[in-house]
Amino acid sequence: MSNPALHQSSAAPSPARPALQRSLWLDSLRRLARNPGAVLGLGLLALMILAALFAPQITRHDPTEIVPRDRLQGPNVEHWFGTDAFGRDIYTRVVYGARISLVVGVVSVAIATVLGVTLGILAGYFGGIADALIMRGVDVMLAFPGILLALVIVGVLGPDLLNAMIAVGLSAAPTYARVTRSAVLQTKTNLYIEAATVAGVPAWQIVLRHLLPNILGPIVVVTTLGVAGAIIAGASLSFLGLGARPPTPEWGLMLSEGRSYLRQAWWITTFPGLAIMLTVLAINLLGDGLRDALDPRMQK
Amino acid sequence: MLRYIGNRLLAAIPTVLLVTVLVFLMLHLIPGDPAEIFLGENFSTPELLAQVRADMGLDRPLHVQYLSYLGGVLQGDFGRSLNNNRPVLDEIAARLPTTIELTVAAMAVGVLLGFSLGIISALGHNTWVDTLAMALALLGVSMPIFWMSLLLIFFFSVRLNWFPALSTGGLQGLVLPALALGLLSSSTLARMVRSSMLDVLNQDYVRTARSKGLRERTVVLRHALKNALIPTITVLGLQFGQLLGGAVITETIFARQGIGRLYVESILRKDFTMVQGLTLLIAIAYVLINLAVDVAYAAVDPRIQYE
Repeated sequence: MSNPALHQSSAAPSPARPALQRSLWLDSLRRLARNPGAVLGLGLLALMILAALFAPQITRHDPTEIVPRDRLQGPNVEHWFGTDAFGRDIYTRVVYGARISLVVGVVSVAIATVLGVTLGILAGYFGGIADALIMRGVDVMLAFPGILLALVIVGVLGPDLLNAMIAVGLSAAPTYARVTRSAVLQTKTNLYIEAATVAGVPAWQIVLRHLLPNILGPIVVVTTLGVAGAIIAGASLSFLGLGARPPTPEWGLMLSEGRSYLRQAWWITTFPGLAIMLTVLAINLLGDGLRDALDPRMQK
Repeated sequence: MLRYIGNRLLAAIPTVLLVTVLVFLMLHLIPGDPAEIFLGENFSTPELLAQVRADMGLDRPLHVQYLSYLGGVLQGDFGRSLNNNRPVLDEIAARLPTTIELTVAAMAVGVLLGFSLGIISALGHNTWVDTLAMALALLGVSMPIFWMSLLLIFFFSVRLNWFPALSTGGLQGLVLPALALGLLSSSTLARMVRSSMLDVLNQDYVRTARSKGLRERTVVLRHALKNALIPTITVLGLQFGQLLGGAVITETIFARQGIGRLYVESILRKDFTMVQGLTLLIAIAYVLINLAVDVAYAAVDPRIQYE
């Protein structure tokens, strides 16, 4: 068993070391690029992000402007995706909706990651009472199945979009804590961590410099797939009237508003529905690809 | 085995107790006063408010309130609805059968479809069948359940007029919501069953079975599937949680009077005693179901040591 890192540390200056570290990630990137699903997902996601960024440039209407005489028009040259019961242009609203859903996904997952990863490291690395307390808390949070925890939190905080993001983020955090903890427990036993500990490196430095980079793989996978879940959860809360408020062009809310017009105007619900599905699909494809790329053991 | 179950039950007690603390605190974390919510803005005078607060026991110290809440819960008293002053438990009991009916039906759809898709896909590993089945499953995983429900309503109710859009009871009304909910869980299960089957199909005992000249049918059903099912048992508990969460949405869309819909309605009208009761019951049920799943897992797989 030869460990390249060990050999290098004996050679005095080791300019090759950062290159080695980078090439591990580069290898993963190459594996990712060879996965057609992941590439498709990345492309779709890039399109969504571009649409969100340049929403004003690629639309010709105002997402919230009410035009009574244009109401309930089917898709046509002027209104590609038709109009809703208020005469608002659905194409414009779907494009602006990408901004909201992507922000909901990213913000919720950011909350979950910061909280979950910190708690997971505390529990996994330091063990003892911290571990017992944190994992007990995690167990309690996980006793609320599915979207129910987010529902309770929104119920307490009051229904609006920001609270929905907080709720989705908080309710996902326990899962992140679990994943991080088990990754830490696996990594902690490595010789380089022991070596750093013996060498007297302070705990916070070991965590940041040696532990965190080595558990990044599973965390990247969980967060990527987490964005997909958060977008669905956020849209679900808005659909139920516990998230975005009218007239916000939020996809879940648009579906809820179009519900009563299913008979006359299928386009009101179809396009935002497609938008959610494609966005989530793109992220899932990318996440699955990342999992295969970052975990060489999964390769067949 | 009995000892294992006993230990697991004992270990679940602190979790459940902490859940009751959280659920209890919820009523005190909400902005506003439960007594005021109960009275409504128009009727609250300072005297009445004080009266109601005393009736609800809100004027006592927090720990006393918690103990009396816990005592009540243990005796099946979950308080009264802030909305209509009816006992919370009665309301939940009245709505529970509808939800159980839906989740069981959805679970059946999910297991039937998910397992078939997973097995077919594993048997045709790396063929177009596999690719197609997994593409479908990925699509299913990416589909928000509310859109799936609306699509089902659009095609099977608005266009074809086969099933009612609002499920007012009866088997006819159960079909669409159960499909919506079940399709979602079948996608997750299909992916799970497939990878589990692939693991098993590579095992020595499957090769042995094949080289004995057994029919492929027997090899797949008797030798492979039986073993592949073991890891999938653990996801069934999680699936149940997903289904309950999904029931919140499907019940709202299909206007079913279940506890999922009651949950959303209670949050919207700030009926927090009802939310408390529902949250607590669902959490306890979920903890117990996951425990049952673990026990079943240990019972099915003799390789697992339980102590």
